[in-house]
Amino acid sequence: MEIVLVGLNHRSAPVEVRERVSFTNDQARQAAEELRARGILHETLVLSTCNRSEVYGVPPETTRESAAALSNYLSSFHSVQLDLLSPSLYHHYDRNAVRHLFRVASGLDSMMLGEAEILGQVREAYRIAYEHGATGPVLNRLFQGALEVGKRVRSETELGARPMSVASAGVKLAERIFGKLQERIALVLGAGLISEQIVSQLRDRNIARLFVMNRSRDRADHLAREFSGKVIAWDDWESALTLPDVIVSSVSAEEPVLKRSVLEKAMTARGNRPLFVMDLGMPRNVDPDAADLYNFYLYNIDDLTQIVQQNRSARESEIPRAEVIVDEHVGKFLTWQASVNLIGIVEALRHKLKAERAEFIRERAERIPGLTSEQREQVETIIDQLLEKMLLDPARRLQGEKDLRRKIQQVEAIRELFLPDRERP
Amino acid sequence: MNHLFFLLTLAAYVGSFAAYIGYLVAGREWSGRLGSLLLAAGLVAHYFALLERARGLHTVPYHDLSGSMSLFGWLLALTYLSLELFHRQRSVGAFVLPFVLAFFLFAQLSPPDRLAAPPATGVAFAFHVTLSILAYAAFGLSCVLSLIYLGEQRLLHQHRVGDVVWRLPSLDLLDRMSQSSVLVGLISIAIGTVLGFVWVDRLTGNVWHYDPKYVVTLLVLVAYVFYLRLARNPGWRGARASQLCIFNFAIVIFSFTVVNLFFSRSHRYF
Repeated sequence: MEIVLVGLNHRSAPVEVRERVSFTNDQARQAAEELRARGILHETLVLSTCNRSEVYGVPPETTRESAAALSNYLSSFHSVQLDLLSPSLYHHYDRNAVRHLFRVASGLDSMMLGEAEILGQVREAYRIAYEHGATGPVLNRLFQGALEVGKRVRSETELGARPMSVASAGVKLAERIFGKLQERIALVLGAGLISEQIVSQLRDRNIARLFVMNRSRDRADHLAREFSGKVIAWDDWESALTLPDVIVSSVSAEEPVLKRSVLEKAMTARGNRPLFVMDLGMPRNVDPDAADLYNFYLYNIDDLTQIVQQNRSARESEIPRAEVIVDEHVGKFLTWQASVNLIGIVEALRHKLKAERAEFIRERAERIPGLTSEQREQVETIIDQLLEKMLLDPARRLQGEKDLRRKIQQVEAIRELFLPDRERP
Repeated sequence: MNHLFFLLTLAAYVGSFAAYIGYLVAGREWSGRLGSLLLAAGLVAHYFALLERARGLHTVPYHDLSGSMSLFGWLLALTYLSLELFHRQRSVGAFVLPFVLAFFLFAQLSPPDRLAAPPATGVAFAFHVTLSILAYAAFGLSCVLSLIYLGEQRLLHQHRVGDVVWRLPSLDLLDRMSQSSVLVGLISIAIGTVLGFVWVDRLTGNVWHYDPKYVVTLLVLVAYVFYLRLARNPGWRGARASQLCIFNFAIVIFSFTVVNLFFSRSHRYF
């Protein structure tokens, strides 16, 4: 009962390779079915995101042989030459495979450190494989453990707490001021890439209303359609500045579009309701002198970038704490795995000894003169009882004593010691 | 026995403060939960400490300055914990606990009171005093929340968005928490004052028995009603309302100290 992982990610493979080896949900189901039908894996799960494609499995044979078979399968499934694929593939077994998955679920292996989406993707991949009957006791336990690790890392560390992009920093700042954004109104001035990202995030937070204002009416209409917003005419500054709580501005203009005098008037007209402005224009769209107006919060692109940089180093400083949680859960899983393996080994050992017991007694009994068949049966029973006692007691202890299981995680050593020529249970 | 509850309360409050700091500075969720649990434990121990003291002196906790301040600390902690549960927000705990601890410790360490106590008996009187002190505690809490509001707003204006700012409540929530707290204070002081008049009427047969405390209490009531009205006005909401809230608490402090000690004949420590 070992675990094998074959896959590639954003570090091992360029996007040209990754996109050729990615799986849709249907392909993931198909691959899981084929891998089990061909006897390459007993249990299997495909995890495919934009940054990684990985196949986790429990093989019937040794893990290294299965890894080679898995690489071949991936090559043929996606019709990518093995020579091209091999340099990008990584193979992990048992402890390393478990650790890898737990780090993935925690966001430690993500392109954007601590990203939140990966935990949902792991959950979804597990759901698909579980519902399809592709997982068994080992992968069920492994992925449930991974989801637990991911949740713990998110709740006990700051790895995913702070925004890591200009867009999310802007939206999080809006939440610092207004709390939940469901009842708030946003205005987009101009239409740049970051503005679109911010609007997308505001929409994700169910912002109540969205207005778009742009010199080019067509572009404004396009953005308004895309994000279910309404267009305000370019010269209707009165409505434009009275309604919103959040303004995202990225207009191409030589002079500030929003001058202090205009904003001062607007703030009076809106009864000094708080206004948060993200000025993403270059040159800046908002007169910096307006920053001291009452209840007016102004952040430009440099301010937001600086916050992102601070957050990046803060997240990196959380890595050791997250790794400790990962290691703790890897230990827990391996302890469980060792106990299951050991119980299997004890069972195999008992069968082996019972099989050899008959031969052993026959040889010895012949040398004892006058041994009746009843006496011989009695000797056999006593020996059986002795063997049971010797083997069942340790097995019971293994089930009951967690510390003991932890100590004998290297269960393979016991297998090699007692059952050098036996198949794995 | 009193000593035991004092130590238990002190340990729980100090532990709660440390845990809330851990939550605010390092963002450890478990630390925040521990802070709340220890605060709840501290409230229970503090309650028994008050009870023991009252039994020992054969009087109510607000009989003297020490008991009155201890009760204030207990009600401040209780109001905060209720507000924390209501708004599901723990990051303010680190700012409130020092005040709870200060009142609790000051109450224990203050010298014994030698002045004669007013004739303090009856249910109406007990509720009058307890509700008045609860109101002061709620107003105190709203003052702390307003101070946090002003601090956070200043940091946001200056673009100094460090770790603590990400963990503090949003400005909007701080505003709402402060208003909730003031509302609790206003309801308590209104009922408490009515009960005070009922008690005076029973005691003297004359409800219009004059005391300078009445004027100041009326001023406190008007000031906080005014605050609640302005805090819901968009133009005042935010920093201005917070400044007003802090100013109002200065009136409460004035009423609690100068008026009680030098002007009032029947309100010494509440």
